[in-house]
Amino acid sequence: MDTYSFLRQLADSWVLLLMFLFFIGVIIWAFRPGSRRMHDDISQTPFRNEDRPAEDGSDAANKKGQKNG
Amino acid sequence: MLNYIKLILLGGVILFAALAANWAHDLAYQVHALLILLVGIVMFVLVLRGTDEPVMVTADDASGYIDGPIRYGIIATAFWGIVGFLVGTFIAFQLAFPALNFDWAQPFANFGRLRPLHTSAVIFAFGGNALIATSFYVVQRTSAQRLWGGNLAWFVFWGYNLFIVLAATGYLLGSTQSKEYAEPEWYVDIWLTVVWVAYLAVFMGTILTRKERHIYVANWFFLSFIVTVAMLHIVNNLSIPVSIWGSKSVQVFAGVQDAMTQWWYGHNAVGFFLTAGFLGMMYYFVPKQAGRPVYSYKLSIIHFWALIFLYIWAGPHHLHYTALPDWAGTLGMVFSIVLWMPSWGGMINGLMTLQGAWDKLRTDPIIRLMVASLAFYGMSTFEGPMMSIRAVNSLSHYTDWTIGHVHSGALGWNGMITFAAIYFLTPKLWGREKMYSISAINTHFWLATIGIVLYASSMWVSGIMEGLMWREVDAQGFLVNSFADTVSAKYPMYVVRGLGGVFYLAGGLIMVWNMWMTIRGGASVKAPVGVPAE
Repeated sequence: MDTYSFLRQLADSWVLLLMFLFFIGVIIWAFRPGSRRMHDDISQTPFRNEDRPAEDGSDAANKKGQKNG
Repeated sequence: MLNYIKLILLGGVILFAALAANWAHDLAYQVHALLILLVGIVMFVLVLRGTDEPVMVTADDASGYIDGPIRYGIIATAFWGIVGFLVGTFIAFQLAFPALNFDWAQPFANFGRLRPLHTSAVIFAFGGNALIATSFYVVQRTSAQRLWGGNLAWFVFWGYNLFIVLAATGYLLGSTQSKEYAEPEWYVDIWLTVVWVAYLAVFMGTILTRKERHIYVANWFFLSFIVTVAMLHIVNNLSIPVSIWGSKSVQVFAGVQDAMTQWWYGHNAVGFFLTAGFLGMMYYFVPKQAGRPVYSYKLSIIHFWALIFLYIWAGPHHLHYTALPDWAGTLGMVFSIVLWMPSWGGMINGLMTLQGAWDKLRTDPIIRLMVASLAFYGMSTFEGPMMSIRAVNSLSHYTDWTIGHVHSGALGWNGMITFAAIYFLTPKLWGREKMYSISAINTHFWLATIGIVLYASSMWVSGIMEGLMWREVDAQGFLVNSFADTVSAKYPMYVVRGLGGVFYLAGGLIMVWNMWMTIRGGASVKAPVGVPAE
């Protein structure tokens, strides 16, 4: 089988299936139970550390809502 | 030690540029060689002056965010924006009044050479500088980390703007590989690849050393933009130079493969440069300006994955009714229509972020710019899929409708979100409390909006009229109109389109004045005023 036919068949069978499953997986993962707290926390990221980087060794994500990390 | 290596390398560049200027086969290559010679000499002198001198470290250097390249980037954005709008308005009037293709300026200032100058100036110079500056700003703030690589960010800024100067001068001097939105010749492409790899390194380095646990959604969009543009740029520009001393090159692909590669590139330049990158801006600046987190973080995740999975397939809709196989055209058409979903999901996510803060629409012209921008995003992502349908495309393709569609997206979505980001960033980056004149922002908003409405509506009328005239046949089956008939029928719409450009340009000039006054004057505040969301 020439390269084109091989790639063409691979693309519209297994690779298509894998990409589709990956996409469904992403959606399920986004809606998994308990993700709301995490997403609420991430959505607050722009409101932290606006003027200065977080201090070394601190995990900025743990300091919810605290300005300047 | 590093400086000695730099001096040796710069010496090599200067020698090569001098030889290239002497042996150049064409004018564009010669001018570019002289330009690189000049840049090389200036850098050589600068590095030489700094060699074996004590390194000055100011207290601000070691901690804090790296904002220098971002300040330069914002000014470059405004500068190239004005250049791009000005050239665009001029070529719009060239179409209405062909006498503006002045005899004395031939061949440099005819429509054919100014048109790629306009498209590259607004997309890559205005849009590109805006994306680089805002991505550096956003990735630092949302990673709670300084930019990785120190001065590499400066290299990205200057390197990218050198690319723009090379591309722009090349077009005027007749150096082009005739690929739309990828016109620069081989050596300019290689230079952009080098700069882009540095850009990716700075951005990835910052994300990998982040102090926030999660990667904020804006950074996902910026990253997909950087990675995909690298891939598109390299594949679409695969070409073999005819000579190392000349700008001419020959494409590796030929025929319909070349056309497909070009529009795979061209449409994803829209999808990842003008959409994904600017969505990164949207996901940071809209929540910041509204003072509220994004409406739904889950929706933003789905928006991201759906957008990048779908956009990459949409390119073939540019090649309906050509040598491209029908199945490929249908594939592109179907994916373009499915793209409605993530596009509108993203628009809704941006607009709904204002839920509970809609009153700001009355008082804050920056919010108004953002809302108008999202509205135009929604409108053009509705129009685009519709135009990709084969039957609609048979009417719209090769007409001014396409031009109108592109400009409602570019002027409305890209332009207005960039203006909003500039108005947000200018006071913050220069330590001012707010923009010098809020009412001038409002004036800018209305001038830009009127300009877009004039532009888009005149091109709809002109495009559909043109499409209908081309296909009109009489009772015997003969075509009714000659091509020149359609050209003369379009004249009034061309004048209205040019006026739309004048409005948009006037708004841009007001913005530059406002930025100038903000940066030059006004009380400086120690730290930018941020309002926490809690």
